[in-house]
Amino acid sequence: MTSVLTNLFDGVAYGMLLFVLACGLAVTLGLMNFVNLAHGAFAMAGGYVCAVLVNQYGWPFFAGLPLAFIAPAVIGAVLERLLYRHLYTRSHLDQVLFSVGLVFMSVAAIDYIMGSSRIFINLPAALQGQFDVFGVGIGRYRLMLIVICGLLTAALQLVLARTRFGSRLRAAVDDPRAASGLGINVPQVFALTFAFGCGLAGLGGALSAEILGLDPYFPLKFMIYFLIVVTVGGSSSIIGPFLASLLLGIADVAGKYYVPKMGPFVIYTVMIVILIWRPHGLFGRAAR
Amino acid sequence: MNAPSDVRFHAGRHARWHAAEIVFWLAALSCAFVFPSRYLIMTDILRLALFALSLDLILGYAGIVSLGHAAFFGVGAYSAGLLALHGIINEPVIALIVAGLAAAVLGFCTSFLLIRGADLTRLMVTLGIALLLEALAERFSDITGGTDGLQGIEMQPILGLFAFDMFGKTGFFYALIVLFLLFLLARRIVHSPFGLSLRAIRNNPLRAAAIGVPVNRRLIAIYTVAAFYAGVAGALFTQTTALASLDVFAFERSADLMLVLVIGGTGYLYGGLIGAVLFRMLQEIFSTITPQYWQFWIGLVLIVVVLVGRARLHRWVLFVPNLLITRIAGGKAAVAVPESEGP
Repeated sequence: MTSVLTNLFDGVAYGMLLFVLACGLAVTLGLMNFVNLAHGAFAMAGGYVCAVLVNQYGWPFFAGLPLAFIAPAVIGAVLERLLYRHLYTRSHLDQVLFSVGLVFMSVAAIDYIMGSSRIFINLPAALQGQFDVFGVGIGRYRLMLIVICGLLTAALQLVLARTRFGSRLRAAVDDPRAASGLGINVPQVFALTFAFGCGLAGLGGALSAEILGLDPYFPLKFMIYFLIVVTVGGSSSIIGPFLASLLLGIADVAGKYYVPKMGPFVIYTVMIVILIWRPHGLFGRAAR
Repeated sequence: MNAPSDVRFHAGRHARWHAAEIVFWLAALSCAFVFPSRYLIMTDILRLALFALSLDLILGYAGIVSLGHAAFFGVGAYSAGLLALHGIINEPVIALIVAGLAAAVLGFCTSFLLIRGADLTRLMVTLGIALLLEALAERFSDITGGTDGLQGIEMQPILGLFAFDMFGKTGFFYALIVLFLLFLLARRIVHSPFGLSLRAIRNNPLRAAAIGVPVNRRLIAIYTVAAFYAGVAGALFTQTTALASLDVFAFERSADLMLVLVIGGTGYLYGGLIGAVLFRMLQEIFSTITPQYWQFWIGLVLIVVVLVGRARLHRWVLFVPNLLITRIAGGKAAVAVPESEGP
């Protein structure tokens, strides 16, 4: 019984991590309808920035995290202004080709700079090990993940639903022409959102180094997970991707624990079945 | 003139063989005699060309964006490998067809998943199927050999007459003949009224449905055919290299394939063939510059191709051949840029 709860806890932590990693993609892919397969590259960038700062320059872990957010956000903003914005109106094929090209470049570049082996980020002692609550093993690091990711999720939902920027974004996504007619600077809103999504991915990448592992192939290995979160979650709100991430995290942890021989088989099958059953995602709305 | 014969007339007019096409195939054949020491790399190009031809059928003609075309390649490769390894079918040509059919069956079954949902769902489903097969191949390592791959495949002579030699000469001619025959078939398919209806679907599925094209059935049919082609390409891979390993399913293979097709151009069948040659040459150049990091440059090429615009690039690539054709043959450009891409 306690192992079930521990697994559930791990699954929730994993799921929340996936949500932070993928929620930027939920906006670009789900809302702006841009197939950005290179989302994982930004996550990897964040992870490596944090790793270099913490391991080589001796920064404390929690000081590295904000930079893991800022660096990919800046990279994202620059790339958005230079490259991505030209592709918003192109066909999906062009977007796929472009972002795959970006993935290949980032993989080779990180391999060249940092080497191809998996790296770890030195964690402070306070985050290591686990403690028991009524016999349920709670990993300290995973507890921190749940706290950080939970706060982020709540903040995101508030920003999207309550602030002026959130309503501008929703307007820009729903109908860019009408929105710009109302005086909303649509390209600026998109650029900010894109950069913010990249930043969140970077933060997720730094947080995930301990759990998912960080190596140059990160963008390729986890691409499918991010895509699952977005397509299964649908694009009506961030609640959909959030629930999808939790589901995916719990299913993946449980699958690896209870039927380790099946490997990633369970996840892919579930994804295909869900997409057949509801092509617009579990919590999605019909295509516009 | 009534409608069916009208369609046939126009289809027939486009289907005539151009001088440039004959020159192209003669050039391909002459490579065998011009570069006798390069059979292995040329066979590799032919396999890739066949694989790209397969993707062109669904992407260039029917507008299905697939991220997991390697699934069919892999099924063909493992089928051919297993057939040869266990001596079930020793004759390579029959094994090739059986492997292609195995991939076609998978294509037929998965095509039903494709006709639901739009581009994004298709991307996900095709990608998911390829990953699923990779996971399966890894899981059932007692059959597939796991990460080591199938080992100890010995190929019997083709038709019982032509043994595979270590220089790859037999393999090259074998691959060339298979490619040519399948190309003829593909050419016949795309110039038929069926092929025209596919283009109608690519350009606008709703309108195609409105003029009475059975969209879903056509998509299922072409997807199955393309899966057959990819399966044959995979089987050729196994038969000419005597190898089949997990990387036949790899995502990189599907992604590289898209690049191949995009370099050559989609929607006129020769794109895959020209693209395969250019891609291998690029790869060769990049890996001599940086053996380990050639992927970086491949990625850069992809980005540049997209930003320059595929149609424009296509005109540049075809500029010299077309110039030669118009100057020498005096006719109109034979391999003209196909009509602009659908959405």
